Amino acid sequence: MAIRERLSGNEAVATAMRQINPDVMAAFPITPSTEIPQYFSSYVANGKVDTVFVPVESEHSAMSAVIGAEAAGVRAITATSSCGMALMWELLYVASSSRLPLVMALVNRALSAPININCDHSDSMGARDAGWIQIYSENSQEAYDNMLMAYRIAEHKDVRLPVMICQDGFIISHGVENIVLLEDDIAKKFVGEYHPEEYLLNSKEPLAVGPYATAPYFMESRRAHAEALKHAKKVILDVADEFEKISGRKYGFFETYKTEDADYIMIVIGSAAGAGKDAVDILRNQGIKAGVLKIRMFRPFPAEQIAEAVKNAKVIACMDRAEGFNTNCGPIGSEVKSALYDAGIQMKVVNYVYGLGGRDVPVADLKTVFEDMVQIDKDGCTGETYRYLSVRE
Amino acid sequence: MAKYIYEKGVEKMKDLVEIRWHGRGGQGAKTAALLLADVAFNNGLYVQGFPEYGPERMGAPITAYNRLSRNEIRVHSNIYEPDYVVVVDEGLIESVDVTAGIHSDGAIIVNTGRGREAIAAELEKKGYEGRVYAVDARRISMEALGKYFPNSPLLAAVVKVTGVMPEEAFLEDMKKSYQHKFASKPGMIAGNIRALELALKEVGVE
Repeated sequence: MAIRERLSGNEAVATAMRQINPDVMAAFPITPSTEIPQYFSSYVANGKVDTVFVPVESEHSAMSAVIGAEAAGVRAITATSSCGMALMWELLYVASSSRLPLVMALVNRALSAPININCDHSDSMGARDAGWIQIYSENSQEAYDNMLMAYRIAEHKDVRLPVMICQDGFIISHGVENIVLLEDDIAKKFVGEYHPEEYLLNSKEPLAVGPYATAPYFMESRRAHAEALKHAKKVILDVADEFEKISGRKYGFFETYKTEDADYIMIVIGSAAGAGKDAVDILRNQGIKAGVLKIRMFRPFPAEQIAEAVKNAKVIACMDRAEGFNTNCGPIGSEVKSALYDAGIQMKVVNYVYGLGGRDVPVADLKTVFEDMVQIDKDGCTGETYRYLSVRE
Repeated sequence: MAKYIYEKGVEKMKDLVEIRWHGRGGQGAKTAALLLADVAFNNGLYVQGFPEYGPERMGAPITAYNRLSRNEIRVHSNIYEPDYVVVVDEGLIESVDVTAGIHSDGAIIVNTGRGREAIAAELEKKGYEGRVYAVDARRISMEALGKYFPNSPLLAAVVKVTGVMPEEAFLEDMKKSYQHKFASKPGMIAGNIRALELALKEVGVE
């Protein structure tokens, strides 16, 4: 029997971690992810898990410790936010290119300055090319479900890559809402045991991790890493199918909401998708064919599938909760436009920066995005292609 | 046509009820919002309870929110047009626009020892003409518990005014929750229940 609960995003992720019962957790507290290691360390203290908890002195050490643990051959996990992940930067690449299937719970928060503790996606978007799998969550339920699926994807023999499970800081991490949990035994059975093929502590098959690679070898290592990300696409879908069987909840590369016949589609990541769907319903009542495409998997990027899903729209709006600082587009805008170009689709695309540093995203504001799309369609001209939503100019 | 959750005699609750809490850091507005989410959840509703974080310091004005609904809640923004507003610290009426956006059929609940009329007059001067409820959480809490814990009387006032659940079910649920919460301080259980009962009896009577 599924368990009806009400949890914040941080509680939801900590609960999934308790059910996973990883071998090692290393973390350093940083708002708004601090509660995750806080809850988890109480599970350790109360004997609910038999994880070794390593209270490190920095995020650089947290990532180093989970890398060491994974290389040794066990399941390791960490949680962080914002500047915490920025401090892990060097190690993010070591983790992914050493092909270590560790998992990070990332609670998205703006990067300084000015200092800000609230949500945007600058942290994970900055790390989008670090060779990790990135999966984003709209609400507590998705954060929980995605966390339970993480190791199944990461440890798959065709993948063996670290996975970042992202949720929006404060909006989801500190907001209590309804959630349905799996019973412990069902969750544990789904996640399964970890038996690595190769690991440092296997004295029968000695192994080096992270040795120097000269020019004749380095590029092949990167090529293999890139190939693993391609394989991840199928694995992510297979794991989602299996998860649907035990939970009844369906996941894919992205979720579409009323996009089938939509003239105007908003492409968005994270918690703002819910307000986007409410905006769609309001516009549909006014006879405007609006839809939302919410990206779940940003790395690897489902380029062909997104192009296919939006190809019949008249205008699309890419919503970036991170400034691209290239004067041209944000991360989603860049990826989507590239996907459309490769698919030979010419359409009007407008790209918004929104919700930085926790700027609230009400339904009314997202409604104006759809109204802008209608106007662009009418005018036959996009105007400024890269713009800001809800900002004082 | 809106559907209602609570149909015992009076139809009170709409499909979705949105509540905004105004308090000062350290006064428990966030905790009260989370408690309300808890009791509504236990009564079968979809809930959200969340704070709006500014600079975190004791005494700074803070806002917390609740959405309580029969249906799944998708939106995760703050609430700009609340059905109800709860003011934990009446001193905020002067500095914060606590009545901003309240629905015309909504209400404001103020924690005050000055009585409903005085608060209504103060709010009227600020252009608010809607319903006003007063709850003297300090007196009730002192009477029932001998200490100032405003959350229980405030919570009861919100349940009574909004009608998001039947009062008996609310009391039953809170009893269970206090028994769990104060397992090591059983003296707190009866006092808190008394505080709830007093607030349920007093609010809206004057």
